[in-house]
Amino acid sequence: MSPGTLARLAGRALGRNKMRSFLTTLGVVIGVAAVIAMTAIGEGAKVRVQQTFEAMGTNLLVVLSGSSATGGMQGGFGSQPTLTWDDLRSIQTELSAVKVAAAVLRASAVVQAEEQNWTTAVVGTTPDYLQIRNWGVSAGQKFGAEDVTSGTKVVLLGQTVVDKLYGPGANPVGRTVRIKMVPYQVIGVLARKGQSPMGSDYDDTAIVPVTTFQAKIQGGLGQFIPGAIFVGAVSADATGRAQQQISGLLRDRHRLGPGIEDDFSVRNLSEIASAQAQGTQVLTALLASIAAVSLLVGGIGIMNIMLVSVTERTREIGIRMAVGGKPADILAQFVAEALALSAGGGVIGVAVGVGAALLLAREFHWPTIIRVATVLVSLGFSAMVGVVFGLYPARKASRLDPIDALRFE
Amino acid sequence: MAALISLEDVSKVYRMGDVEVQALQHVDLSIEEGEFVAVMGPSGSGKSTLMNIVGCLDRPTTGTYRLAGKEMGGLSRARLAEVRNRQIGFVFQHFNLLPRTSSLENVELPLVYAGLPARERQERALRALSRVGLADRADHQPNQLSGGQQQRVAIARAVVNDPHLIVADEPTGALDTRTSMEVMAIFQELGRAGVTILLVTHEADIGRCAGRIVTMRDGRILGDRRQTPLRADPARTPPLTAEATA
Repeated sequence: MSPGTLARLAGRALGRNKMRSFLTTLGVVIGVAAVIAMTAIGEGAKVRVQQTFEAMGTNLLVVLSGSSATGGMQGGFGSQPTLTWDDLRSIQTELSAVKVAAAVLRASAVVQAEEQNWTTAVVGTTPDYLQIRNWGVSAGQKFGAEDVTSGTKVVLLGQTVVDKLYGPGANPVGRTVRIKMVPYQVIGVLARKGQSPMGSDYDDTAIVPVTTFQAKIQGGLGQFIPGAIFVGAVSADATGRAQQQISGLLRDRHRLGPGIEDDFSVRNLSEIASAQAQGTQVLTALLASIAAVSLLVGGIGIMNIMLVSVTERTREIGIRMAVGGKPADILAQFVAEALALSAGGGVIGVAVGVGAALLLAREFHWPTIIRVATVLVSLGFSAMVGVVFGLYPARKASRLDPIDALRFE
Repeated sequence: MAALISLEDVSKVYRMGDVEVQALQHVDLSIEEGEFVAVMGPSGSGKSTLMNIVGCLDRPTTGTYRLAGKEMGGLSRARLAEVRNRQIGFVFQHFNLLPRTSSLENVELPLVYAGLPARERQERALRALSRVGLADRADHQPNQLSGGQQQRVAIARAVVNDPHLIVADEPTGALDTRTSMEVMAIFQELGRAGVTILLVTHEADIGRCAGRIVTMRDGRILGDRRQTPLRADPARTPPLTAEATA
C-alpha cells in the first residue's frame, strides 16, 4: 500500500473513535509538552546563571579574612580581620597570575537626598574593583586613583539607589547626597547589573573611594582591612594559579607554619560559576528525563489501546486478509495508526510545550529558551515511541489466521 | 480442458487440544473453468474446510491442491494473499463488510491491496456495484442496507478484481427465501459470464440452482452429480415446497 493510502486509512480508523484517540494521544502530548517546557526552563535557568556570574565579574577571586580561633570558638570567615593593607599591596605587586586587586569595605548606611532617603550597602573601594567587576557607569564618570589618594567625597550610585532617591530615569550626576551626615557629590551612576547569583540586588549600592570610606563612614585607619580583597586573575585559566599564589603568599606573610590552618580564605568564583552552570545542566537533564518517562508511559498507553483495537477489529483484519491483505499490509496499517497517534500527540505536545514556555516567560518572567533541536528530538522520539509500541500489537494483528479472524464474534 | 481446481488426495487434520479432528479425508475433486458447483452436506461434514482450502485461506495437511494448474500447498501466507487477491472472490454467510464504511469503499478493498490508484479503484468499484444493481447505494454504509443489499455489495466486492473463481460460504444462510433467490440469480448471471463458482450450502433450493452438486459427509465426498440448474427467479418465490408449508 502507498504511504498516502496508509495515512488515509489510519486517519479514518482513528477518526471513528475520536474520544479514544484523543485520550490515547494525551499521554504523548503531556510527555512531549513536559520535555519542551522543562528543557526550555532549564536552558533559561542555565543562561541566567551564566549571565549573573558574568555580571559578578570575570576571572574573579575573593580573599576573605580568616577564622581565627579564639578561646576554642571558631569564628566564621571575616569575623576577625587578618588581612592587612600590606597583604593587599603584596598581592597587587608580587603575584604573576594576579592582574589587579582591590580592597572592598562594606557598611550599611542611609543615603539622603534632598527629599528621599534610602538605606543601602555603601562600599569603599578603589577603581580596580570596578574593573574586576566589569562595571561601567551609565551616566557621569568613575572616580580615579587620585580620589582614593586624597579621599575626596564623591560617590557612585547604583541604579536602584537612584530610582529610590530621585525616581526612575533621573540623572543625579552633580547633585549632593549625604551619608552619615557627610555630603558627597554624585559623580556617576553605575550601569545596571541585575541580580546576584544569590538573589540580592547588585544595583542597590553606593560606592565611595576606600580612603573616604575609612575616614567618614567606618572611622579609624588600622593596619587590617575590615573587609575583603577582590582579585582579578590575568585570565580565566589563571584563576586556579592565582588562588594558589595568593594562599602561598598569605601563609608566608602571616607566618603560618605547616599544619596550621589558613587564617583567610580564597574563593574562586569562576569555579563556583561553572559548578553552578553544571548544576543547572544536571537539573535540566533530570527534568527532561522525568518528562521522557511520561513520554514512555504515553507509549505504553498507545500500545494498550492498539492491543484493544486489534482484538476489536479481528473480523476486519480477517476480511482484509481474505480479500488479499498480506501480513505486511496489516502490520503497516496498525503501525501507521500507532505512529499517527504518537506523532500527532508529538505535534500537539510541541505546541502545548512551546505555549507553556512562552506563557511562563510572559506571566512570570521566567527566562525560557526553546531550542529547535529539542523540538526536533521530541518529535522524533514521539514518532519512535509510536513505532516501537505499535509494533507488537501490529505484529499480533498480522499473524492472525484469516479463518479464525473471520469467525471471530 | 484443464481443471481450474484440482484436489488430489487432500486431507486436513485439526488439533483441538489433545483431540485430532479429521476435517477432510482423502478428497479428490476436479472443477472445470466456468462450472457452478454447490457443495452440500450437514454441518461438520467438512464442506467449510474444503472451501477454505479451495479459497487459499487454509492449506491441506496432506495431498495437493492446484489452482489453475499451480500447486498452492507450499506458498507463503503473503503469496496466498496475492492469489486470493487476484484470482478468488469471497462471499460469506454474514456478508463480512467493513462496518461504518461505504459500499463503494468496501468494494474497493481488494483493489487497494492490488495496489491500484484511487481513480481506477473507484471506477471499477462503481462498475461492480452496478453489476449487482446497487450503483445508487454506493455511499450507503452496511447498517443502512438490507441483508440482501449487503450480500449484493459483498458479491460486488468478490467480482471487482475479475477473479476466475468465486467461493461462497452459505451466502444465503442469513437471508429470507426471496432475497436468497435474488442473490442466486446474480450468481447464475456471473456463472453465465464464465466465472467459476463454488458455493457451500445446506439448503436444497439453493443447491438446485447450481449445475453440479457435490455431497459431503464426515470429511469425504459422498456424491458428485451434474444437473440442469433451476433458474433462480425471485418473482416466482416463495415456492410451496414441503419445507415451506411445514
